[in-house]
Amino acid sequence: PVPSLHQGHLELIRTIRTARTQAEEREMIQKECAAIRSSFREEDNTYRCRNVAKLLYMHMLGYPAHFGQLECLKLIASQKFTDKRIGYLGAMLLLDERQDVHLLMTNCIKNDLNHSTQYVQGLALCTLGCMGSSEMCRDLAGEVEKLLKTSNSYLRKKAALCAVHVIRKVPELMEMFLPATKNLLSEKNHGVLHTSVVLLTEMCERSPDMLLHFRKLVPQLVRILKNLIMSGYSPEHDVSGISDPFLQVRILRLLRILGRSDDDSSEAMNDILAQVATNTETSKNVGNAILYETVLTIMDIKSESGLRVLAINILGRFLLNNDKNIRYVALTSLLKTVQTDHNAVQRHRSTIVDCLKDLDVSIKRRAMELSFALVNGNNIRGMMKELLYFLDSCDPEFKADCASGVFLAAEKYAPSKRWHIDTIMRVLTTAGSYVRDDSVPNLIQLITNSVEMHAYTVQRLYKALLDDISQQPLVQVSSWCIGEYGDLLVSGQCEEEEPIQVTEDEVLDVLEGLLVSNLSTPVTRGYSLTAIMKLSTRFSSVNRIKKVVSIYGSSIDVELQQRAVEYNALFKKYDHMRPALLERMPIMEKTASNGPTEIVQTNGETEPSVPDTKHPPLVTQPANQVTARSHDISVFTIDGSFFVTDDVFKNGLKIEFTFERANPNPNIAVITIHATNTTEDDMTEFVFQAAVPKTFQLQLLSPSSNIVPALNHGSVTQVIRVLNPQKQQLRMRVKLTYTHKGSPVQDLAEVNNFPPQSWQ
Amino acid sequence: MIKFLLMVNKQGQTRLSKYYEQVDIEKRPSLETDVVKRCLSRKKEECSFVEYKDFKLVYRQYAALFIVVGISDTENELSIYELVHNFVEVLDKYFSRVVTQIMFNLDKVHIIIDEIIQNGHIVETNKNRILAPLLALDKMAEAH
Repeated sequence: PVPSLHQGHLELIRTIRTARTQAEEREMIQKECAAIRSSFREEDNTYRCRNVAKLLYMHMLGYPAHFGQLECLKLIASQKFTDKRIGYLGAMLLLDERQDVHLLMTNCIKNDLNHSTQYVQGLALCTLGCMGSSEMCRDLAGEVEKLLKTSNSYLRKKAALCAVHVIRKVPELMEMFLPATKNLLSEKNHGVLHTSVVLLTEMCERSPDMLLHFRKLVPQLVRILKNLIMSGYSPEHDVSGISDPFLQVRILRLLRILGRSDDDSSEAMNDILAQVATNTETSKNVGNAILYETVLTIMDIKSESGLRVLAINILGRFLLNNDKNIRYVALTSLLKTVQTDHNAVQRHRSTIVDCLKDLDVSIKRRAMELSFALVNGNNIRGMMKELLYFLDSCDPEFKADCASGVFLAAEKYAPSKRWHIDTIMRVLTTAGSYVRDDSVPNLIQLITNSVEMHAYTVQRLYKALLDDISQQPLVQVSSWCIGEYGDLLVSGQCEEEEPIQVTEDEVLDVLEGLLVSNLSTPVTRGYSLTAIMKLSTRFSSVNRIKKVVSIYGSSIDVELQQRAVEYNALFKKYDHMRPALLERMPIMEKTASNGPTEIVQTNGETEPSVPDTKHPPLVTQPANQVTARSHDISVFTIDGSFFVTDDVFKNGLKIEFTFERANPNPNIAVITIHATNTTEDDMTEFVFQAAVPKTFQLQLLSPSSNIVPALNHGSVTQVIRVLNPQKQQLRMRVKLTYTHKGSPVQDLAEVNNFPPQSWQ
Repeated sequence: MIKFLLMVNKQGQTRLSKYYEQVDIEKRPSLETDVVKRCLSRKKEECSFVEYKDFKLVYRQYAALFIVVGISDTENELSIYELVHNFVEVLDKYFSRVVTQIMFNLDKVHIIIDEIIQNGHIVETNKNRILAPLLALDKMAEAH
């Protein structure tokens, strides 16, 4: 059937739905559009409304409809309500602020705000409130303010929300709405009450003065809430037996804002919060929505400890709820409060750990984060069992974070060195390919410092290598250990477990196997070659080692080649130095100074969040504490005048420092920072700041950009020049700020151990 | 606040969209596709809330229709979950057989939504009050 110009829009829909193919549909639409276009050109008033309605339907299907924009305006200007209705709808769907056409609506809206029919006024308020530009809002704010004072509740509720939009667009106009708010809360109509609370909330959030001013409303809000709870069944607003839960939630949120950081207000709302918390029916979702909001309010204001415990217990009960939505919000809230109310949350630890087995990914993630936050010296063994089990079976997206969390927790609370090494082994063997790059040097440091465990460690790592050489971090740590402690391995000195019987040749077979295996990365090959070299002072089969080293002197891999050539030189020309150079590594000191050690991976967020607990919390940290840390700098390579320092990992951000002394003034050190980002989201508005002690002078040149691209797709570099005339030990305080995943991040660090070559 | 509301069919095609926060018109289709993909790929055991970029999604399925609401980080998910149900009950009250009827009356669904949500906030939850303007409009249309 061919669509006709005069068919109603329902017929059109029916017709279009008979199309059997996309092509057929497109053809029908094109014909209809052509007809509609010519009708528009003829300025046909009778059919304009119907045609725009058809156009909107076609727009919904995905076809272009912008040629109808002006027609919408004509409909808005019409006197007929049916025309206006479609016109305004069309405007909301087809226009956005950026089109000039949009401004043409201003006059119509102004007239309609004063129309004799309330539904027309309502349309105007709705449209202005949803898409009004700043200019429109400025022009029409007065009309909105007038309507905010009307006794017509239908208009008043819409005017209140419209005012919210005006204030958002033109914050300076907020003051003018203040008088009209005077008796908003005395309204009986729930629609008006609700939107009034929203308006008050908006004003309080935007202006500290307004907040102070509206604090006096607390008693009135408390009264309204009380009436809602105590009143019997009210058919008008009942949802599953609860009276206007949506209004209750909004009032609770406003109370939260008013009570925050104010003792008196918090006290004034204490009773009602306790009442809501204990009396709300929990069998349906509605009740739980109110309880959830109540908990958020209790936790945010200055509530007494009894109330806080009540709140946490509500969350604990939520965790046992069959409804996964409820479990999800419970875990989210517990995560927010675990720092400030640690002991109360601890009581629900076993329920939280059970959530590790939940089927929902976001629930699992929160349960994992919470679990790590709750680990302490008392529960470490039990918790680690659960977390390692989780690590075994969890999705790949969790493994890196879980592994890091395990390492951190193990380091803080390991009950014994052996347990610590075993735990690390477990992580490396089950999730070895997911551990972060910095785990390898950290683990090496840990192993080095666990002197009495060397024999046990190297034995276990060797056995692990026999099973699997695919997981690079495991292979690297193992190679390094074998290079260091291979002598203990072959002499069978292990006390902790049955010593294995292995010969020097077998060990060298394994290490050489790593060199040739396809599974080994270049870095891994470097580790194994160096390990083999080290064994030349620990094993007696020096000739075999010499042979291997000389073969790799002509390796295609430049790094391997260089090492091999240097090791060859060691054998030939510097053999007298070889034992000293390759002897056992000494124990590595960690910086003892202020704050947690370098391995702490704070996520630097402004909200108190997981792995940052220094337990027990003797110093209560405010909610937006930013951690300052000291960082060890270790020199990885010494190459002419370039010194590379340790990298500082924060939340996927990596900062590398390089130094140059190749300039005429020996008092100036030129440091370049390189910032890269391993996460999936860009870090924008990235700002690097540095401060040095008084005897130094610092000059920060312009950064290369302020976006650190995701997935290492580029870096931000910035040059720092430090003048150090007194040749003092260089120290620097570093501050990073950036936006990541929409949230601002700030991190501070103190860098104390710049290598002497960088400032001498 | 509510950032947007979508009504989507099982094939992932948007049947109705309402935006309460400025999103450029050209950017809307790709946002919708992405959002819808996330929600439709969820399994039965997963909860109705999805973390998306720097905000959240609440979704509910009613027969062949999905309703997806984008909300800001500070909004109460459970409350919005209830709101969606309230909305569907209003549709149910007005239309007798919701799903097919909606397709022929999308403009009316828009009108209903405008009486429930305005610039991202709830404006009315009482079903009779929500439907009053639409019923008045119907009377006017009949009279012509």
